[in-house]
Amino acid sequence: MTYTIEGRTGAWEIVVGLEVHAQVISHSKLFSGASASYGGEPNTHVSLVDAGFPGMLPVLNQECVAQAIRTGLGLRARINLESRFDRKNYFYADLPTGYQISQFTHPIVGEGTVEIELADGTVRHIGITRLHMEQDAGKSMHDQDPARSFIDLNRAGVALMEIVSEPDIRCPEEAGAYLRKLRQILRYLGTCDGNMEEGSMRADVNVSVRKAGEPFRTRCEIKNVNSIRYVMHAIEVEATRQIEVWEDGGEVDQETRLFDPSRNETRSLRSKEDAHDYRYFPDPDLLPLVVEQAWVDELERALPELPDDKRDRFIKQYGIPRYDASVLVAEQAIADYYEEVAKGRDARLAANWVTGDLFGALNRTGRTITDSPISAAALGGMLDLVSDKTINGKIAKEVFEDMLETGDSAAAIVERKGLKQVTDTGAIDAAVADVMARNADKVEEYRGGKDRLFGFFVGQVMKAMAGKANPAMVNEALKKVL
Amino acid sequence: MSLDPATVRRIARLARIGIDESDVPALQGELNGILGWVEQLNEVDVEGVTPMVGTGHAALRTRPDVVTDGNCRDAVLSNAPDAVGPFYTVPKVVE
Repeated sequence: MTYTIEGRTGAWEIVVGLEVHAQVISHSKLFSGASASYGGEPNTHVSLVDAGFPGMLPVLNQECVAQAIRTGLGLRARINLESRFDRKNYFYADLPTGYQISQFTHPIVGEGTVEIELADGTVRHIGITRLHMEQDAGKSMHDQDPARSFIDLNRAGVALMEIVSEPDIRCPEEAGAYLRKLRQILRYLGTCDGNMEEGSMRADVNVSVRKAGEPFRTRCEIKNVNSIRYVMHAIEVEATRQIEVWEDGGEVDQETRLFDPSRNETRSLRSKEDAHDYRYFPDPDLLPLVVEQAWVDELERALPELPDDKRDRFIKQYGIPRYDASVLVAEQAIADYYEEVAKGRDARLAANWVTGDLFGALNRTGRTITDSPISAAALGGMLDLVSDKTINGKIAKEVFEDMLETGDSAAAIVERKGLKQVTDTGAIDAAVADVMARNADKVEEYRGGKDRLFGFFVGQVMKAMAGKANPAMVNEALKKVL
Repeated sequence: MSLDPATVRRIARLARIGIDESDVPALQGELNGILGWVEQLNEVDVEGVTPMVGTGHAALRTRPDVVTDGNCRDAVLSNAPDAVGPFYTVPKVVE
């Protein structure tokens, strides 16, 4: 089903491409030895290279190149063994050199693809146009002084990867799925922490609209949107605005706009006169970057298992549904936790407990998988008690809650509370006989054809035995006498 | 290629260089002279020739990912015309 927005003149499709800026995880900056870590006193993570002092020369950080290549490999993209750095010229107070070193004509990574999955199970492939390395700018603060802006250059020169998608995205949900998938891949690879709130991942959103079957119309770029939810809102708001412009007989201008979430609107960011003319040219301080295929191969061999591969392996190895597998590989730490629980145990049962009770408990307690109050070993220990029939499924829930509260092991709780499942046929038969004697009328009804009373008898027996009876054996015993 | 006065004014604006209207004709002449001189290169046929970026076969040097620099705020701010505490300041820029 194609997503469309209904206008006065009929249905409109939307066309979206995303440019994601992802901050590279590294110790030092892209072209200087200053620290790239977050925080720090203002202007302390700054070298004279970053501050644009005359005569200072950039020297490329090898690890940043490795991170860009790893990311390219994770996006199943072509790695360009020769790439170049260009200067992108513009004036802004937090850009001390007056140009940003970027890769314009020859990026390090070429075409790739990202697989996304929508809520209804549809799988789509979003094309990657390119990935290139560039420098981040500094930070301007406008609220410290009535007449002046304050500049902190700690971020200036930190390595970014700009990841550009093809205009393959057709609805807000796909944009959200793409960003989540991209973030997941970056986190698996350890090349970017993907934290949009702190600005280490931000998106520029290109939006246009068209009637079915038309070529692309003029697009607008919405700059620096800093959450997935805002990206999805911004697309809808901007598409709706453009539809109104076209339907009023106007023309959409190609321009840069800003999304204002509080007013739920986009507005023009730069006047036409100031439209940027970046006058790119090759940076004369930097030779072309040449990397060896052997090094790329080495980096590829050292890559972790990527989320799609892990999901497919989980489905095959553990026999769990695709949906569960997708949920379990959402984060590396969750996948690791699951594999520890599932190891040597009933893998489907393990998946149900992790995605069900454990996730519920984490939600309730505001914890994450890495500081889970119940360790993988502890949950596994409890599942062992279920598998060897020491406790039944219902008692397991009670034990789980106790573990959550006390941190005790499942075995200790079962011992302390006397929850061991009763598998003694004598005790079960006695309870069954007792229940039948006390409910002679119901027994008559059942034998008269009211089959659904069976559940009632099971309930009564379980109740009589404080929930500890083996349910299969209770069923068995009841069937025999009824 | 020849620049008209409007392009000269535009280049000056992009470079944030303030020029007097009376300077435009002289600058136009100088810039066109430079461009004309560089355009002599167009006489060389480079069809099918890989662009040469240097005389040697030097590849770009890289450095290991180690923090070796920074923590020199006084030096960084030494040329700032109007520093306040740990910050550079500039006339307010708000978009």
